[in-house]
Amino acid sequence: MAKTAISAQQVVKWFGVGDARTNAVKAASFEASFGEIFYLVGPSGSGKTTLLSMLSGILKPDSGSVYIDNADIWTLSTDELADFRLNRIGFVFQDYHLFPRLTTLENVAIPLILKKYDWDKAMQEALKYLDIVGLKNRAQLPPYKLSGGEQQRVAIARAIVSQPDILIFDEPTASLDGDTGKKIMSFIKDDILNEQRCVLVVTHDSRIFEYADKIMKMEDGVVTAIENHSEM
Amino acid sequence: MKGILIIAFKLLVNDKGKFAALLMGITFAVFLMVMMTSIFSGVLRSASSVVINIGAKIWVMDPAVTTVANSIPMPDFVQDAVRSIDGVKYAVPLYSGAATLRLSNGAYQSATILGLDDTSLLGRPQLLEGKIEDIFAENGFLVVKDSEINKLNDPHIGTTFELNEHRGVIVGIAKVAANGLFGMPTLYTTYNRAIQYIPTARFTTSYVLVEPKSPEAVQHIKDEVKKMGFLAVTKEEFREKISTYYKFKTGFGTNILIMTMISFIVGLSISGQTFYTFILENLDKFGALKAIGAKSHELIIMIVFQAGFTALTGYGLGVGLCTIMIGLAKMRLPNYASVVTFGNLGIAFIMVLIIAIFSSLIGVRKVLKIEPFDVFRG
Ligand SMILES: Nc1ncnc2c1ncn2[C@@H]1O[C@H](COP(=O)(O)OP(=O)(O)O)[C@@H](O)[C@H]1O
Ligand SMILES: [Mg+2]
Repeated sequence: MAKTAISAQQVVKWFGVGDARTNAVKAASFEASFGEIFYLVGPSGSGKTTLLSMLSGILKPDSGSVYIDNADIWTLSTDELADFRLNRIGFVFQDYHLFPRLTTLENVAIPLILKKYDWDKAMQEALKYLDIVGLKNRAQLPPYKLSGGEQQRVAIARAIVSQPDILIFDEPTASLDGDTGKKIMSFIKDDILNEQRCVLVVTHDSRIFEYADKIMKMEDGVVTAIENHSEM
Repeated sequence: MKGILIIAFKLLVNDKGKFAALLMGITFAVFLMVMMTSIFSGVLRSASSVVINIGAKIWVMDPAVTTVANSIPMPDFVQDAVRSIDGVKYAVPLYSGAATLRLSNGAYQSATILGLDDTSLLGRPQLLEGKIEDIFAENGFLVVKDSEINKLNDPHIGTTFELNEHRGVIVGIAKVAANGLFGMPTLYTTYNRAIQYIPTARFTTSYVLVEPKSPEAVQHIKDEVKKMGFLAVTKEEFREKISTYYKFKTGFGTNILIMTMISFIVGLSISGQTFYTFILENLDKFGALKAIGAKSHELIIMIVFQAGFTALTGYGLGVGLCTIMIGLAKMRLPNYASVVTFGNLGIAFIMVLIIAIFSSLIGVRKVLKIEPFDVFRG
């Protein structure tokens, strides 16, 4: 049996006050293992991003616990949590958030810079990862000169450059055409995923469901189903 | 640490439009502030030039005197009375006034005339040419080689002129420490010749110059002079008095102050506003950095570095620009009074620091408030 990477137990999040108060995530519980691609799907507003943020140490749950590799992350201090994210989690944001004033290479190197790597060493290392995503020849360009799919791959290189064991993708294919989206997902499955990694993908793009190992469905803040996709 | 500073630097400098606007705002403000305050310092220095050049330690005068040029004649007994105060080593009269000269080519020119005590010549200038004893020679005058000397038609030893039907002859060329404010040449002669050549009212002593026996005697001398109904001040106090007059009693100081403040506020708002826009534009990126694992203090360091770097570069450019402008102006205009003092540079530096701190604060506040969750949600 594969080791548990992420375990959420009775995680709850409320937003707003008074009449506007909404229960974005209602006592969600699930487990995801190393070596698998875990999908979080559901309609817009169902609480996917909120849950993802609580799992990755960005948003504190109102109650419940999150264990990453058996460590209760919400007992950490703010700075410890920042270090935890830096070392263990790789993020690919929905709209990438690449710095337009830095080169592609410098963008990829940012997690290493934050890990206090020497500048030249960080650039060398980052170049390897640009190579992995097939963009070595774009190293000195600013990100906005690249296509959407290429930018997505730069964001992936940035997410994996510090060799995290949890990778978080929020709507990775939302702004890509069908073919590019599929290419990105098969790249993730073939080249990024390994036995020491867990890839968590939030999406409502049914075109890429085929790449999932498990699919968890959410509706209105509630986990409605967890399906083992490979068995489907 | 070094790495995030390089990142911060690149984010700032690669945004060429905003970086240029920031630099221009600060350079412009520094330029104006230094220009304003240095013309002010220059004028104050010129206004005190006689005090600086004469160099006496204590000056006795009518209490109503505001600037050295507007002396109010005192009766002759003042000098004797001062001389008999305990702690006075010696006390001598100084004549300070203006007169119109008729030059050898027939032109008229006004000049400041300083009459030095005949026995001591206290306050005598250093000579570049000629001997100081020649001041006693018949009709002897020393001319000061300052920026105004050419108004006397290139005078040299032996040049003659007329002063109220008296003949005058240049017997020496004197060096000067500080140029005057009023654009007039300065001549030295003896006290007795000055009051003989220049018709005055009943009283003739402009100032009594005092040398105290010791620094401790100064306060006693001041007290005694005050009892006589006159005012004794040290050289430094006199300069202070003159500068207070220009600062507060004329519109000059207030105007300079207002202009300096306006430059400061304009600089502050241009750079504060631009820096704020710069931070706002990068806000989601700072949020992404936070999500990835940057700590708050690292983001603060980045922003303070960006604000500080811009401020210091702008300061350097502004001061450089001033130095060039003042240098050029001095080459062309002998009367150009501006002097850049460390005080001027210090004031501009403090203002720039305030601009940097203010910009950092608004940037840091914004960046600390951003939630990585909001970046996540898009
Ligand atoms: N910061 C917030 N303040 C108020 N309500 C929020 C906030 N973030 C999310 N919500 C609400 O929580 C619910 C879940 O949002 P989200 O997790 O973004 O959904 P999804 O990612 O599935 O589209 C939505 O109703 C949304 O309006
Ligand atoms: Mg979402």
